[in-house]
Amino acid sequence: MAYAAGVDVGSTQTKAVVIDEDRKIVSRCLTETGANVVRAAEKAFEEALHGGDLREEEVEYVVGTGYGRYKVTFGNAQVTEISCHGRGAVHMFPETRTVVDMGGQDTKAIRVSPTGEIVDFCMNDKCAAGTGRFLGAASSALDIPLDELGPTALRGERAVKISTTCTVFAESEVLSWLGKGKKIEDILLGVHQSIAARSAGLLRRVGIDEEVTFTGGVARNLAMVETLNARLGLKVNVSEDSHFMGALGAALFALDRILASRAPAKSGRGKTT
Amino acid sequence: MNDVSGEMIVGRGNKEGAGLFRTWFEELTQAAEQDRRAAYVFVMGSLTELLRVFDFPIVFPEINSLQTAVRRVAHEYLDEAEDYGYSPDICGYVKADVATQLRGGELPMGRIPKPSIAVYTNACNTYIKWAEIWERMYDVPTFVLDVPGTRAAGTQTWPGDPDFENDRRYVAAQIRELIVVCEKVSGIKFDIDRLRETMGHANTMSRGWKRVLELNQARPSLFNALSDGTIYLGVANGLRGSAVGAKYFTELVEELEYKRERGIGTLTDEQYRLLFVGVPCYPIFRRFTELFTELGGTFVNSTYLWFASGGANAGYEYDLGNPLDSLAEGLLISVRDAMDSMFYQTNILIQMIEQYEADGVVYHPIKSCRTVSTGLADNRRELMNERDIPSLFIESDMMDRRVVSEAQLKNRVDAFFEGLAARKDRAAAETA
Repeated sequence: MAYAAGVDVGSTQTKAVVIDEDRKIVSRCLTETGANVVRAAEKAFEEALHGGDLREEEVEYVVGTGYGRYKVTFGNAQVTEISCHGRGAVHMFPETRTVVDMGGQDTKAIRVSPTGEIVDFCMNDKCAAGTGRFLGAASSALDIPLDELGPTALRGERAVKISTTCTVFAESEVLSWLGKGKKIEDILLGVHQSIAARSAGLLRRVGIDEEVTFTGGVARNLAMVETLNARLGLKVNVSEDSHFMGALGAALFALDRILASRAPAKSGRGKTT
Repeated sequence: MNDVSGEMIVGRGNKEGAGLFRTWFEELTQAAEQDRRAAYVFVMGSLTELLRVFDFPIVFPEINSLQTAVRRVAHEYLDEAEDYGYSPDICGYVKADVATQLRGGELPMGRIPKPSIAVYTNACNTYIKWAEIWERMYDVPTFVLDVPGTRAAGTQTWPGDPDFENDRRYVAAQIRELIVVCEKVSGIKFDIDRLRETMGHANTMSRGWKRVLELNQARPSLFNALSDGTIYLGVANGLRGSAVGAKYFTELVEELEYKRERGIGTLTDEQYRLLFVGVPCYPIFRRFTELFTELGGTFVNSTYLWFASGGANAGYEYDLGNPLDSLAEGLLISVRDAMDSMFYQTNILIQMIEQYEADGVVYHPIKSCRTVSTGLADNRRELMNERDIPSLFIESDMMDRRVVSEAQLKNRVDAFFEGLAARKDRAAAETA
């Protein structure tokens, strides 16, 4: 049995996925990226190997993805997370034609072909508005852990209108609403709606076609899913492995290469190819 | 063809283009030192053919400004203009020029003389407000040539059409007024035979420019429209109407024909032929091109080489037997062509895709020039509706490195090439 791995080094978190020849996930790992990007990639991969009870030699091909893809020094190749999220999403939901990936610092809208190839994509530029960082700012301003933002927002009944699109200014706007006596859950519902509106704008730029799949860490936030559904007027696909979609796509690309050429076993650590 | 070796011919256009630029700036520096006053002009409708008749040193502020970015000092000029009070949101070329004027004309390439007159068209709305800055600073005349645009985008009328004839007469009347102003400012009497001479040189250059662009339909492409092409463009603008400019283009055509006959391209392995839409990213000029060439992509043509040459790509040649009316006609046709290349690219891109066998189109809107960037997203969507061709939309700037993020650009460019590769693989599998 051949195994392939994908390591997605994101701006805030690093994910690793190992799959087998049947394209089934055998192991996954998530760790904070931190300042030592090379080490984060190694750690995620090692822990994924450990979780799958695999030896390094059993993984024939590794593809690095994410902003730190060139820091996956033990990888055999690099593929952008744009391609990887598209590929992973179509693998999980074959009718997917549009992908929205919401990560720590950027949000991507990706239009894909039935085989998962990129047809078009669009991302936020020079600004983290509408990304996971926007939620981070709200979390900080309200002193609520990230994981509790969604459940709190879902209790909101009268969403406040968050007018700023700037992540930096969002914090002060949240505080100003608190000062006006608005409920935290209503403020948070407004924050989620604001992000959903920006993401929907990106999606419309690439064209919303048939099924939309929501990937990335923020897809675990139920309030984000619901506000996005409401904004788009449809129900987006969300996988339990949404957070790992980039790493999964990378692993699928790695498996392609194994199957296409039965590539020689990957070279040792420290070599960038 | 001259009896020179291939080693001397290949790369001559780039080398001599750089040399001509150095000489041009040495002459400008000398003019500044002698306090000779210049004509300030812009690339779209510069009318240098006419201004040379009055012996004006010619200053192109747009070219000066982009040179500060290429030489990686633009931020110093931008900061200075912003400290002086100009908003971060306005044209970076304008701000770098304001700082240049505040520095007494000092630039990394030399020193430019002060203006005695500014001559420009309405092809860019910023030109008009920009020239008013010099008017206030130096109390010099500014002359706006009002070039009527096409009545509907992309539907230029041509000689013989009643609308065109009205517009031509309107432009010709303005040129006659300009001549009177130039005589007064320069103290030199207008000489129509000298105008015929400079227009003859301009004809050689326009003919050459059109041919240079056509020659890049070759496989492999003979020059990179983004890097090499910008050098050629600089000569096409800065030395328009001069004997050295005419000689340069005659020899450049010779070089490119030589390369075509021998299959000498820019890359050893040209995998993807791309078209560029917009203005280059001058703050990381070389690196920006490398983001594409490293992955086997080369730019075979660019709308920049069309509109920033003032429409010289149209190859209009003046009738030297009727110089003034012909000058008006050429200005009208070329400037309209330039404006359409900025605002209504879909049709010309479709032609380019077919003629240059392009694999993809790269749109590059920039923060500090909304004139050229507005509408690019819509134009891209229109093109995608018309043609099944991959396209990339990346944003940065022509001057301001604060809004140029190489990591973000690379990520998008890499993803674009992954899409190109997948498409190529699929096409190969389908034909196998």
